[in-house]
Amino acid sequence: MRFISAILFTAIMGLVFAAGFAVRAVAQQDVPEVGPLRPLVVKPMESHIGNITGHAADAKYDYRRYCVGCHGVYGDANGENAVWLDPKPRDFTIATFKCRSTLTGTLPTDQDLFNTIGRGLTNSNMPIWNTFTKQERADLVAYIKIFSPRWEHEKAGTPITIPPEPPITIESISHGKALFTKLECWKCHGPHGEGDGPSASTLTDSKDNPIRPYDFALGGNDSRFKCGSTNQDIYKIFMTGLDGTPMPSFADVIQPNDAWDLVHFLRTLQVNRHSKENEVLGAAHGVIPPYVDKNPAPAAPADNKPPGGGQ
Amino acid sequence: MRPKPMLLALLTLLVCPSMMCPSLMFAGTVSGKVTYTGTPAHQKPIDMSKEPSCAKQHATPITTETVVSGPDNALENVVVYVSAGATDEGQVPSQAITYTQKGCQYIPHVLPMHVNQEFDIVNDDQTSHNIHPLPKVNIEWNLSQPPGTAPYHKKYDKAEFIPVKCNIHPWMHGWFVVLKTSHYDISKGAGDFKLPDLPPGKYTITAWHEDYGTQTADVTITGNETKDVNFTFKAKAY
Repeated sequence: MRFISAILFTAIMGLVFAAGFAVRAVAQQDVPEVGPLRPLVVKPMESHIGNITGHAADAKYDYRRYCVGCHGVYGDANGENAVWLDPKPRDFTIATFKCRSTLTGTLPTDQDLFNTIGRGLTNSNMPIWNTFTKQERADLVAYIKIFSPRWEHEKAGTPITIPPEPPITIESISHGKALFTKLECWKCHGPHGEGDGPSASTLTDSKDNPIRPYDFALGGNDSRFKCGSTNQDIYKIFMTGLDGTPMPSFADVIQPNDAWDLVHFLRTLQVNRHSKENEVLGAAHGVIPPYVDKNPAPAAPADNKPPGGGQ
Repeated sequence: MRPKPMLLALLTLLVCPSMMCPSLMFAGTVSGKVTYTGTPAHQKPIDMSKEPSCAKQHATPITTETVVSGPDNALENVVVYVSAGATDEGQVPSQAITYTQKGCQYIPHVLPMHVNQEFDIVNDDQTSHNIHPLPKVNIEWNLSQPPGTAPYHKKYDKAEFIPVKCNIHPWMHGWFVVLKTSHYDISKGAGDFKLPDLPPGKYTITAWHEDYGTQTADVTITGNETKDVNFTFKAKAY
């Protein structure tokens, strides 16, 4: 009896095994031919971060192990995972980057790219790559540059000058709120920065994928922005614009000191975050007083205010 | 080039160096009309209720400008240019050109320009716009332009047909057409275009429409003549 069941068992396993081959053969028939892959040229690009020099050739295996799945062999965001991802991975072939310290339309610095790899991009599938050594990360920055010819003949932009941060006062927050209204940030971000402005639902990024504006009220005490978490990082976001997205640069339309006031106001939109700005607002009983402009400009038209809020 | 025009050209250079004589001794013109056949898709009226300061500038709502037609099946906003045969890229025109945001619309809808020609971007509205051209070859940038702020001065260094949008007002669409030649025109009104000052030679003239595609025509100029070249595009149902 045991002998018969052993034979039966072997026979069934044999059939299952054979069936596996049959399924694999059928599956391979359905996979379309892609043809020969075009060659990948690893140009001898370099990066310079502090006193570390990165070399593209040294990052070849790291890129293939950790980055190819999303960013693709040719850095064109066609990695096999990309179809499942939202937001999509960065397409390095265009050399348009969100998180920069340089003006809109210019290349980021090596430090910008180095920081982004290490920081990851919150609310996306880009992990926090703090497991690389500094040298490995610098090599990866150099490797990213092989994918776009822009890196060969165009210099990185000059980092913007960020003046020292003024004190966080209720007047600063009040001016920030006035700027938020005047510059019409609420059109996309909404009057409370919750990403529900009148234009929010129509936004698409530069590859025509739908995209939402940042929701300041979301998240807890540790909520971050994709491009950092400090006041300086917020400053850079709207003074350089997030290239490739609807978020423009306001560098030509805000004075640097006024920009700090806007940063302080934006922090109060992060209602769940313990920040100095929220402390100051709390001390003022949660009420932002109307801004008194010492040099008044002509009043904004009455029908150009956010619905049901703003000043 | 045939020997006779070559000789004439040499004589022209001796007698009249190009810098001293503003007009060439032999320069032809290509002119004509751009029309369409069939029935263009209905241009939809734009709902600007989310932007009252713009809505009130239009007594009746404006329509989309993908296809702008004139009398007798004329097709407007077609950029007609010399795509082959010119001996050089020509001078960058010195006159200033302006792209205006007014009534939440881009005026003109299509702005042709020479490579490296500076153009001004003006916000004539009472609302903020962001000017966000979407090039694939040139460099992408995105700038906020609140009302009352200074014009932006920009230029592009590569030839390209660049769509332009405003992210705040999703119905706004326009084009920058950057060309590597100074021989270009855009069809207006009755669909007319004119390309003057063409030295003798064999040229390829290309007509581009943002929706109906491109068409080409070959033309030869031998002297001072005006050659008539017409383009007819097939209208799309939608």
